Amino acid sequence: MKEIVIISGKGGTGKTSIVAAFAAFAGSKVLADCDVDAADLHLVVQPEIVYREPFSGGGKAEIRPDDCTNCGICMDHCRFGAISEQDGDPKINQIYCEGCRLCARVCPVEAIDFKPAESGWCYISKTPYGPMVHAQLNIAQGNSGKLVTIVRQKAKELAEKEKRDLIIVDGPPGVGCPVIASITGSDLVLIVTEPTLSGRHDMLRVAELAGHFRIPALVCVNKWDLHPASTELIEAEARRIGVKPVGRISYDSSVTQAQIRKSGIALFPESRACKEMLAVWQCIKHNLAK
Amino acid sequence: MKKPFKIAVASGKGGTGKTTLAVNLAVTLAEGGKKVHYQDCDVEEPNGHLFLKPVIESRTPVTVKVPVVSEDICDACRVCASVCEYKAIALIKDTVLIFPELCHSCGACRLFCPRDAIRETPREVGVVERGEGCGVVFTQGLLNIGQVAAPAVIQAVKQSKRGDDDIVIIDCPPGTSCTVIEAVKDADAVILVTEPTPFGLNDLKLAVEMTKALRKPFAVILNRCDIGDDAVQRYCFEADIPIVITIKNDRRIAEAYATGGLVYRLDEELRRMYEAASFFMLRWRRQLDGEGTEQEAKKREAAP
Repeated sequence: MKEIVIISGKGGTGKTSIVAAFAAFAGSKVLADCDVDAADLHLVVQPEIVYREPFSGGGKAEIRPDDCTNCGICMDHCRFGAISEQDGDPKINQIYCEGCRLCARVCPVEAIDFKPAESGWCYISKTPYGPMVHAQLNIAQGNSGKLVTIVRQKAKELAEKEKRDLIIVDGPPGVGCPVIASITGSDLVLIVTEPTLSGRHDMLRVAELAGHFRIPALVCVNKWDLHPASTELIEAEARRIGVKPVGRISYDSSVTQAQIRKSGIALFPESRACKEMLAVWQCIKHNLAK
Repeated sequence: MKKPFKIAVASGKGGTGKTTLAVNLAVTLAEGGKKVHYQDCDVEEPNGHLFLKPVIESRTPVTVKVPVVSEDICDACRVCASVCEYKAIALIKDTVLIFPELCHSCGACRLFCPRDAIRETPREVGVVERGEGCGVVFTQGLLNIGQVAAPAVIQAVKQSKRGDDDIVIIDCPPGTSCTVIEAVKDADAVILVTEPTPFGLNDLKLAVEMTKALRKPFAVILNRCDIGDDAVQRYCFEADIPIVITIKNDRRIAEAYATGGLVYRLDEELRRMYEAASFFMLRWRRQLDGEGTEQEAKKREAAP
């Protein structure tokens, strides 16, 4: 079984649109949306949820006001600035609480409860392109890295059970915790970038991250025709650091039109972007088989 | 001294034009005579420097505290491992193993070690750079590759104050998770940049929920307003969210952006848009200040 993760460094370069296209091109596979704090893949693959389970990213502390003696010890020890006095009583801000439980342990009268946080949901859905694992992080909940790991784990189990030999992962932007959780141990990453200074800068950082974890990386320049000279530069630089360019995709308003119709670009098979994304996919398939 | 007005520029969806808006707004306000401080809190992929081209005057490493165990004092009682909620401490046979990547620097292990065998040492996770460019004071954070402690770097960027800052513009990372919350949490107001597509709308709704949870006043800027449908505008209208300005999709903006150019003076319409946005920010500040003093006045009245 192979797992390919689509990442970008910079946000908004077209990761999800490309994953939606690959969903239609690839044979037997499982889709996984690991951009759990701003998930969008479900908007273009018409999922029908068949299974859901709650996710807890850890615990949160809460003070029982009736038992609190207002000694202030918890406030002195919290390093996250999550406890402050409100109307004379210490109160824990649930958004700032990182769930270290230290306050509950130092409280001399044990007036602090520690409960698992309801951080979000993990879903398995049926789509016309095969099963998809996706998730929803509740508002202002942390630990997206842990949820990403769960999504990938579920996708793997599903692929094994249904004997599907490929997992296509829609990754998050950036190079931080959720990206690291999305790519570690995968077989290949595709970096989707754009022909801008920002696109180049962010591609280099995320390629370095892939190198750090020894994961082979490919690159594709989306909307390449917006600045052909930058496209050339990015491809040359990618080659220099051992990241193989696997094609260019033109700026094409049909991608947005397809999105408005809740679909990937395969809805418009004659469009330029569709043909180019198919060519990119074929190139990736070739690289995956190696 | 007057406190600076802190505006966070966030988005939910990536690539909607946060940085373009943040840097061009910063320069427009600076040209209007304000002392503006641009803080790039997208520490995973900071891009503001590509446009403001600052001369960097200082670089300060960002560190987080991680525990170190003195093996000669430790008696392998396992208390440290049992109080670590992040599984950053484990004991293999009688040796304490620390996984710095998982540590949240909460200090529990050190506090509860019965033999006082744990101290904390700084571990570098990134860097903060300060300088000035295009008449704007510039600070950016850069998370070291392979590190996960982005919130610590963001915090360090926000602490980089200058005495005479009038307006602080905080360029946030995309998404709605802990990094965005860290960037937004002490802002006075939030601008959400989006685009009129289903992805833009979905992620705007998430960003609105997050901003509401943090109890921040917010408004929307609609970028590339002519590329999709009118669902974002309808949503803003129904939810009573002000749209500050709308900016058209323009190949010249894309080309300027591609090469690190500023766009606020690209043509008369853009100049007017950025000026309108600047006026909106200044009026917003006066309104929020006014509300603040009103509330304070009421409090004073209510006090015995």
